Amino acid sequence: MTERFNDSFHPFVIPFLAGMAFVITVCLIKAVVVVFQMESGERRRYLLSLLKPNIIVKNIYDIIVDCLLHVRLWKRNRMLGFMHSSIAFGWFMIILLGHIQVLLYCPDRISTFYYPIFFDWFIEGGQHTLISILLDLFLYVILAGIALAIVKRFYSRLFGMRRTTRPTLLNVIGLYSLWAIFPLRFIAEQCARSGNLTLAPWWAYSIALCVFMCVLPFSRYLHIPAEMMLVTMRNAHITISRPGKGIARVQTDSCPNCGVCIDACPMNADPANLKDSTVYLTRQIRRHNDRRVGQISDKCMLCGKCTSVCQVGVDGPKLRILARAARKYNIGPDFSNVRPDVPKSSGKILYFGGCMSQLTPLIGRSIESVLKKSGVEYKWMDRDGGLCCGRPLHTAGRLKEARELVLRNQEAILASGAHTLLVSCPICYREFKERYVLPGISVIHYADFMIELIQSGSIGLKEKSDICYVYHDPCELGRGCGMYETPRRLIAQAAGIAEAPKNRTESVCCGGSLGSLSLDFAHREKITRASLQNLYDSGADAIATACPLCQATFSRYSDRPVKDLAQIIDEQTVAVIDNSRRRETGCDIEGATLAKIGN
Amino acid sequence: MTDFGFKLSKSSTIDLSRVELDRFEELCRQEPGAKVCIGCGSCTASCPAGRLSGMSVRKVLLGLQRGQKVNDMLQCCMLCGKCTMVCPRGINTRNLILTICRIYD
Ligand code: SF4
Ligand code: SF4
Ligand code: SF4
Ligand code: SF4
Repeated sequence: MTERFNDSFHPFVIPFLAGMAFVITVCLIKAVVVVFQMESGERRRYLLSLLKPNIIVKNIYDIIVDCLLHVRLWKRNRMLGFMHSSIAFGWFMIILLGHIQVLLYCPDRISTFYYPIFFDWFIEGGQHTLISILLDLFLYVILAGIALAIVKRFYSRLFGMRRTTRPTLLNVIGLYSLWAIFPLRFIAEQCARSGNLTLAPWWAYSIALCVFMCVLPFSRYLHIPAEMMLVTMRNAHITISRPGKGIARVQTDSCPNCGVCIDACPMNADPANLKDSTVYLTRQIRRHNDRRVGQISDKCMLCGKCTSVCQVGVDGPKLRILARAARKYNIGPDFSNVRPDVPKSSGKILYFGGCMSQLTPLIGRSIESVLKKSGVEYKWMDRDGGLCCGRPLHTAGRLKEARELVLRNQEAILASGAHTLLVSCPICYREFKERYVLPGISVIHYADFMIELIQSGSIGLKEKSDICYVYHDPCELGRGCGMYETPRRLIAQAAGIAEAPKNRTESVCCGGSLGSLSLDFAHREKITRASLQNLYDSGADAIATACPLCQATFSRYSDRPVKDLAQIIDEQTVAVIDNSRRRETGCDIEGATLAKIGN
Repeated sequence: MTDFGFKLSKSSTIDLSRVELDRFEELCRQEPGAKVCIGCGSCTASCPAGRLSGMSVRKVLLGLQRGQKVNDMLQCCMLCGKCTMVCPRGINTRNLILTICRIYD
């Protein structure tokens, strides 16, 4: 292997060098700005985390798995996974192997850092080593990925995607230059290896690299560096706190506009909402289009499905809540004089039904009936109305006011002396879990509670009903609180159960969500019907859910009965009067078991 | 003339030509639901804040239509959404309330 020229420089490397210098400078500046925008405590935590050995290992592992191999995308869509990882991982390997090649065969040139990029121009006869064969292999992998990308651009349906985004000019320039880089490299290498030293392909290769790197910081390709930063922030447990700043900014920049969230979004049952998915949110935030950011933020139902399918971890709902919170209101709620009256309930269970349950009284009644059958002592905290849990205010972005409601309720609940707070509405349940501080009181959802009652034999099961239910995962209970299996186990004990095609983390919002501010009744119907269709597809006779709002929304249009979990369990259980009817599981329900359930 | 006790008294309705309705028009533009309310009061009946403070969406809307100042009431709304669930006209009352809070002061 010999050097072709005495001189280790050729003018065609200049575009590459310029592009490289530019992209590194801009990205560094952006990173520094983001770090400075973080709150001081978080900033310290983040910077310190970058020095901790265990987190460094985790960061490297996550970057390889998420940013280079795109394992999560593979799981979701193999074609897309291959496309993204072939380009990302292939490119990474070419850079890595290129450097090893220089290190092995011309170590004195390792500091000339464009050598690995233009190796075949400067060095003659490098093609038969193992490294060079590997390099060629990865180049072929990338070329295959790019071929797929071209096909996808024009026939996205082949990838199982019904809709993709329309790219903007800078993105198109970035896209075409990215597509051009690798074929040009291939041509240039092949020419040089066959002894044909025409300069044109080398210039073109270098210019394509330069163009790509120059548009990178201003196009969606910024996701390449941003995603790596996001991984490190996630591992440092940094949370979103300010709109458009710090980690919120990194999240928006990390979105590669893959478009997976478009098809996932339940709002898109109505084509009018096509442009309100999270991918458009990140795009409009980047473009500083405040009017559209406002509209997109107000419309979303905050169901969280886009976050659960997003392979980068863009938290669409949180970004939207922040955008809502940035808005100015002339009139603000004031709850300083409001005091909910909570019954004294020392040593008892306090049941919080929530506002919604008052419009769906059957749920509260069923829960009360089950409580009575089990003989557990309880008090109903808001039977005659009470304060809202605060979640609707919180999702509307009125964080300060929500906080005030939370404090009011918190004081009252603590003063009641109860040991357990039983909750039936998943919207409240999530708020209680996320924002309330209730030392000594365990907050439990009635599904957990009822399963414990059944297992401990405090209530007895009747013979299984022959109705087959399909369980709809309410957004706030499933994706919101991570409770997927308990309700299913409960139903399975009482009746038949079927599964809808889209369920658990991918369950489709009922369309009634309080998360949306601007969707009105008429515009929710299509969403509800699409969600119902998903449930009908299971072939079940009836629909079960565990949220008063889902129940009310579905009942409006459903062609089959919609029941709350509590109703089903109430219908299928009886009080245990004598021990002979107890199921054999044994243990009695006592304070100790109850305390356990909440944890 | 004999007084039969059936004479007309001065109208107690508000003179609409004298009230300022610009902001109400703006409200209707931003949330068209403001125009279709039939004043049934379902929202008020279901409102948990009403019990604590006398809050009534119906009253607020009626007042604003007449150019009266009634929006203090909104200070107790918790955005719980019950009024939206019961409104027979399908009015997005939560958005209505938020829009009022933005436009009026
Ligand atoms: S938000 Fe996530 S799923 Fe949606 S386009 Fe961006 S990366 Fe893809
Ligand atoms: S949270 Fe739900 S409704 Fe909102 S954009 Fe994401 S998927 Fe769509
Ligand atoms: S959203 Fe406000 S006005 Fe409507 S029912 Fe709830 S507290 Fe009352
Ligand atoms: S429920 Fe609807 S129609 Fe009836 S008064 Fe309230 S806003 Fe008006």
